[in-house]
Amino acid sequence: MKKLVISIVLLNLLAACASQKPKEAAAPAPAPAPAAKAAPAAPAQTAVDPLNDPHSILAGRSTYYPFDVSVVQAADKPLVEAHAKYLSQHPDRKVRLEGNCDERGSSEYNLGLGQRRADGVMKMLEAGGAKASQLSAISYGKEKPRALGHNEAAWAQNRRTDIDYMQ
Amino acid sequence: MLKIFSGALGLLMLAHSAVSNAALSIEIIGAGEHQIPIALVPMGGDEKLGAEINDVVTGDLTRSGLFRIVDTTGKSPHETADVNFSDWQLRGADALGIGNVSVQNGRIEARFRLLDVVKHGQLLGEAVSASDSQMRAVGHRIADLIYEKLTGDKGVFSTRIAYVNRQSKSYSLIVADSDGYNDQVVLRQREPIMSPAWSPDGKSLAYVSFETGHAAVYVQSLLNNKRRAVADFPGSNSAPAWSPDGKQLAIVMTHDGSSQIYLLNPDGTGLRRISFSGAIDTEPNFSPDGQSILFTSDQGGSPQIYQMPASGGAPQRLTFAGGNAFSPRYSPDGKSFVFAHLTGGQFYIAVQDLQNGQMQTLTEGGWERKPSFAPNGKIILFASEARGRGILATVSSDGRVQQHMFTQSGDAREPVWGPQP
Repeated sequence: MKKLVISIVLLNLLAACASQKPKEAAAPAPAPAPAAKAAPAAPAQTAVDPLNDPHSILAGRSTYYPFDVSVVQAADKPLVEAHAKYLSQHPDRKVRLEGNCDERGSSEYNLGLGQRRADGVMKMLEAGGAKASQLSAISYGKEKPRALGHNEAAWAQNRRTDIDYMQ
Repeated sequence: MLKIFSGALGLLMLAHSAVSNAALSIEIIGAGEHQIPIALVPMGGDEKLGAEINDVVTGDLTRSGLFRIVDTTGKSPHETADVNFSDWQLRGADALGIGNVSVQNGRIEARFRLLDVVKHGQLLGEAVSASDSQMRAVGHRIADLIYEKLTGDKGVFSTRIAYVNRQSKSYSLIVADSDGYNDQVVLRQREPIMSPAWSPDGKSLAYVSFETGHAAVYVQSLLNNKRRAVADFPGSNSAPAWSPDGKQLAIVMTHDGSSQIYLLNPDGTGLRRISFSGAIDTEPNFSPDGQSILFTSDQGGSPQIYQMPASGGAPQRLTFAGGNAFSPRYSPDGKSFVFAHLTGGQFYIAVQDLQNGQMQTLTEGGWERKPSFAPNGKIILFASEARGRGILATVSSDGRVQQHMFTQSGDAREPVWGPQP
């Protein structure tokens, strides 16, 4: 009985992963908003900083996840690797990784899950050449949802880690 | 799995009084199996005050689901000698409350009697006194006396609750009477507040605040509002829980990797780790004897409820009903625990017996989370949602009676029932 219950849960999780693949692919769409956030830094930077180029892969500042998953998805790996490379070439820049979750779960469990998502991106940045001193990771859990609503469209937006360049 | 639910009994709007903020409106759903019929004559003397106190007592007893309020129209005895017991037997009352109240030197002085209509005798004769700003406290005290005398269980109407209210970009930590009135803001800020936890003496709250940009644990005195960060390490610091003797806090920190449970002293010293799963271990809660800790963990692959010795040691998984389980809390007698059960896309409030492992779902399901027991173990407070807003709700521990409490505005969340004063 116990084994059966666990395997059903696993199946549900797998089903959730599978059904969300198209959404994962569509995920980079909301990128323009975070890119605009970095704009105030522009006057202080040289014109060639790819961080401010809306057509650069670096314009993407979020990784997205299936339900209750904290591993960086294959679709987001090039994005994280590009930020790792940028950080290794700009040792003066620092980022804060902010993990977020959808509302399904307790506040406290989601705080832990969001932290695990942010820590996962942090480790990948470090492996890609960024220094630990350039990185910090926090979680907002489900406390700061980007999208409101009890539906998958909102939840998919909220399961993410934001790569926030500190000014 | 047992689910008992009767239809809507009606809407009860408690009367607004001058001293309370009237923060909540209350709906009661369902009824207890054996309701005690009781008539409560508004106390004489200061009749306006008597009527206000009567509203508080009537509201408390009605919300418990264990009483049926018998109409008193046309009869207003205030002394035992004026009571014609056959009148009240005819109206179907088993018990009758009478008394007098006055204000003297800035204090409310109430003399209250509870009479046995069947045996024509006195069950209670009590004097209740409080400052004149404490009208509702007098009502709650009288309701507690009646409840204890007629049910045999301790009343919880004089206890307090804490919760977080979110209004657009503002978060408030609020302490209120158990009926939601007399709400007082303990902390208001623009960053999220989570997980309030009462110290066993009711004098302090531990909670999580994001005011420095990440989750840190604070302890705040409710007597002088002094507060201190007790855990503010890199990453997340959260989920405070007090040991029953008030000498230790269990908290969750991520600075050694994933969310793990630690113990520390309430002044922030003596930090030591007690869980070592490498998974998410969170929401610790001490057993009433202080020997064990319940917590939420995904160490088996999905979030479920586990138990371990409070000194650390091998965890044992307790929930196997499918779905996910969160936010466990022991019942006051330590024999069961309540938790939030996520299954089929809905959250339910459920209790599970620690001896035989049997689970009972108490609610219909929805966005129902963060349950906590009243100190007498008879009522469970939890967060729910209705009409698109976060609300506070209670359910009797047998699942028969529910109530919804609507705040005037904003989302109410993260409620927790305080200890006996």
